[in-house]
Order: sequence, then structure tokens, then C-alpha cells
Amino acid sequence: MDWQAIWLSLRLAALTSAVLLIVGMPLAYWLTYSPRRWKFLVEAVVALPLVLPPTVLGFYVLLAIGPRSPLGALYGKLSGGGILPFSFGGLLVASILYSLPFTVQPMTAAFGSVDRKLVEAAWCLGVSRVSAFRRIVVPLAMPGIATGAILSFAHTIGEFGVVLMVGGNIAGVTRTVSISIYDQVQALDYRAATETSLLLLGVSFTVLAATYALQRRIWAVWPTN
Amino acid sequence: MANELRCACRKRLASGFTLEVNLRVPLDQARVTVLFGPSGSGKTTLLRLLAGLEQPDEGIIEFGDAAWFDSARGIALAPQQRRAGFVFQDYALFPHLTVERNVAFAARHPEKASDWLARFGLAGLAPRLPRNISGGEQQRVALARALAAEPALLLLDEPLSALDAATRTRLRHELRRTLVEGGVPSIIVTHDRIEAQALGDWMAVLIDGETRHAGPVSEVFRQPADVRVAESVGVENVLPGEVIARQSGLCTLQVGSAHLECLDTGENGAVFACIRAEEVTLAPGSPAASSARNRLAGRIRAVFVEGAVARVELDCGFPLVALVTTQSVTDLQLHPGDSVAAVIKATSVHLLSR
Repeated sequence: MDWQAIWLSLRLAALTSAVLLIVGMPLAYWLTYSPRRWKFLVEAVVALPLVLPPTVLGFYVLLAIGPRSPLGALYGKLSGGGILPFSFGGLLVASILYSLPFTVQPMTAAFGSVDRKLVEAAWCLGVSRVSAFRRIVVPLAMPGIATGAILSFAHTIGEFGVVLMVGGNIAGVTRTVSISIYDQVQALDYRAATETSLLLLGVSFTVLAATYALQRRIWAVWPTN
Repeated sequence: MANELRCACRKRLASGFTLEVNLRVPLDQARVTVLFGPSGSGKTTLLRLLAGLEQPDEGIIEFGDAAWFDSARGIALAPQQRRAGFVFQDYALFPHLTVERNVAFAARHPEKASDWLARFGLAGLAPRLPRNISGGEQQRVALARALAAEPALLLLDEPLSALDAATRTRLRHELRRTLVEGGVPSIIVTHDRIEAQALGDWMAVLIDGETRHAGPVSEVFRQPADVRVAESVGVENVLPGEVIARQSGLCTLQVGSAHLECLDTGENGAVFACIRAEEVTLAPGSPAASSARNRLAGRIRAVFVEGAVARVELDCGFPLVALVTTQSVTDLQLHPGDSVAAVIKATSVHLLSR
């Protein structure tokens, strides 16, 4: 089994989830509470990775982070000559974009189901907006936040097209577990492919089952209004 | 400036409803102010404007010397800066926090949270979650939570409406006592006349988004400023009439085919005579002399018994409603079709110009 690829995928998925938690929460909060009329445009952009072929997304990301793009040039300057395409950093950027809707949508739904009066009650008690969000919205929306983090983790483990476009297939740098399985099948090494696939299936099922079980035990009984 | 809450502002809602408020509440006299009006009159919106949860389109809101909102000067304080406690209709207790942590949530002195719990009789409930306590207890938690933050003003949106009828009656006086003892000027929204009288010192009547009358509760109920206010505060008899004579401080009205005497308050011509149903006394038989100026012969049209009181509808040359005890209905044997005398003191007739 290609333990190197498995370890790389786990690292990539964990980092993607962590970054998305930090980036996704304010974005979801804004999407939930903003009175702006044009926010549907932002919602559409966030949801794009759901419908776009991974190759298309990967292609655009490749262009956007290439050394000739402003973003790539900035990265090169900051990292002292490094480039994002075909590196772990580039893979991370692509994964974050690709899994954005999987984090933001459950969070938006969860924030929206928190009774607004609770937040207003906190404001009237003199509690700041940030603090009211942290002490009221986050705990009450925890099931949605956890779901968002876990879905983006699972989604990143399984991604293939985007990784291939942006990262290629460099062992130890960008060869994730799904690409490793593809390689094994191409090399007619069905035994290794079966083992890796089975492991992936087992891990995915266990994580999801544990998530749903926990949500039921801890959170399902909270009233939403 | 005296210790006064002043609100003169306008707010147009997306539904097209416009709220136009002009209100002064002298907070020294009015420990508890009732914001009264029928459903849909804009009471809750006004409360939200005062709290800063919504901002008016234009106007001012001043609390004592502090400007909370002033469109001309570009001032619009956030709820956090106003320190106006808000008790929501359904209390909005934080469902994931225990009673104790709800009360301590924004307490000025969190170490005194247990004192607040004790004061509101909640000490035994401290570790419980809000969903596991009764409606009356939830109300006390909401009040304790709001008062523990030591607000400058307390706003309550129909605080009794989420309770069942029996609890509501029991808690009415308890609530008034709590608010007065709390020492924080309070504004309570209600559409219930009995609640308004039981809770308030001062009262503002809001109809169709407009403040129509503000003053001491007894004044608003006895001398409503106009017909809409009279109807909304439950003056059952608002009778169109005409002033036809006046002498020695009294004036005589033509109402329907009958005459009514009342105190001369300077109105002329077409007027409304407002008479509260409980100020109409019924007597059997023929008119006899008494100090009451008005003694009208009438016929009973209908009797509705509602518990201990009965509503008697009469025809005295004009339709008149009287509120008497059910015991009196039995004693006097009042039945539809019977003749009866309706006795009304001149001082019980309040005139409004038409």
C-alpha cells in the first residue's frame, strides 16, 4: 500500500478543513446575515465547485497561481522563488476552493436556524457582535460547523481531477491517495488498488457514521427556535 | 433636561406600514409605562426602535441627556451602547446555557449572579436548562438576566402573553412589583386593557402606527383623547350626539331620541359622548329622584353572562351597554324585553368633539 500517498492525503485534508473553518465561518456569517441584495452572486460563486467539472476548476486554478499570474508572482516573491503549481501549497489552494461549498453551505444553514432573537437579546445585554457570535451562534450552530468541517475533509480525501490538473503526480509532494489508486490500476496492480480502495472506503464510512451518531447524541434535541 | 424619554421619529417598513411616533415619557413619574394598542399598531416596532435593534428613517430618540438616535446629527447608537434591556415575548433564553449561566451571561457583576437568582426565587433552578422550566419561571429568568446587566431602561414585549391564563393573572401583580422594586424605568408593550391598568403608571396609546394619546393610565382610560383611543381602551359606549343646551356648568346632549346631561367642557355642536359600561347603573321600575343626573328609561335587548360580570345591551333611544354583576342580573331578574332604568352620573359622560 502507498502509505506515503495516504499520509499526504490526510495532511492535505486536515489542512484544508482547518483553513476552511477559519475562512468559511465569516463568509457563512456574512451570507446568513448580510442585508445586501447582491449576496446571491456570492452564493453562486461559492457553489460553483459543486457543478463545475474538476478539470475546469483545476485549469483555472492552474492559470491563477502560475508564476506569471499576480498571485503566483506574489507567492514567488514571498517564498523566495517558489512556485505554486505542482507543489503541496498549490494543491492546498485548489483543495480549499474545491471544498468551499461543502463547508460554507452547512454552516450557512446552521447559522440561519439560530433564532435571531437570541442574538438580539445578547446585543441588548451589552454583548458585542463578535462575542455574541462566539457565545451564542457558534455553540448553537455547532452541528452545522462540524458537518462542514468533516464534509470538506472527506471531500478533499476523495478529490482527483483538480489534484491531477494542479499538482500532477509527484510522489511525496502531490501524489494523493486517489491518484495512487489510479496509478495502481494503470499498472494492472489490482491487489494494491483493492487494498487502498478498501481502506479509503472503511475510513470514510467510519468517519461519517461517527459524525452522525455524535450529532444525534449531543445536538439533535436542541430546539432551533 | 429632566429625566425624560423622548422619541419623535418616523419609520417606514418594507410592508408599506409607516410608524410615526411622538412621545415623551417623564421617567420620574412613570416607573412603568405601558405601550398600548391593538395588534398591528406598531408597538413592537417602536420597542425595537427604542432598543436600537432597528433604526428610524428620521427623527430623534433621547434618553435623559443622551442622544440615542438623531438623524440630523448622524447619531445612531447600537443596542450595546444604549443599555436598554429587552425582554422578548418568548423570553429568548439561551437554550444551551443553564438558568444560572443565562442570568450571569452579561451581568455587570457576574459574582452576584447567585444574588439575582435568589431574588427571583430561581436558586433551586440554577443548573437546569431553560426548556426544562415552566413558562412563569422562564419569564423570571428573562427578567433576572435583563436586570443583572443593570440597564438604564427596561423594554418588555408582551411579557405575559406566552403564559397560560391562570399564570398570567397570578404574575401580573408580581411583575409590577418586580419592575418597581428593580428601580429601572420600564416600558411594557401590551394589547390587554386589564394588563395595562394593572401594570402601568403612564400609558401611551398607539393606533395605526401613530401615538394618539400619552398620559397617566387613569387619565387615558377616563378621558381618552379621541374616538379611536376611546374604542381601543375599551370605552364601550361611544355615542354620536349634539350639544343642544348649556347652563350652570352642565350641558345637555341630544343622543338618539334621548337627552344626556354632562359636565360642560366647552365642546360645541357635534360630539361623541363616551361612557364606560361599568359606570352605567341599572335600576328596576320608574325613574325616581337621585343625585345622578341621567335616568333613562330603556328596554333590555340582550344579556351576556361572562363569569361574575354580565354585559347588558339596552335600547334607551340609543344603544347603550352596561356592565353589571351577574348577581344583579339574578336579583333584578333582568331579561331581554324588560323595561329598566339606566342611571348615569353626569361626571361619567366624557365628551369628545366629533
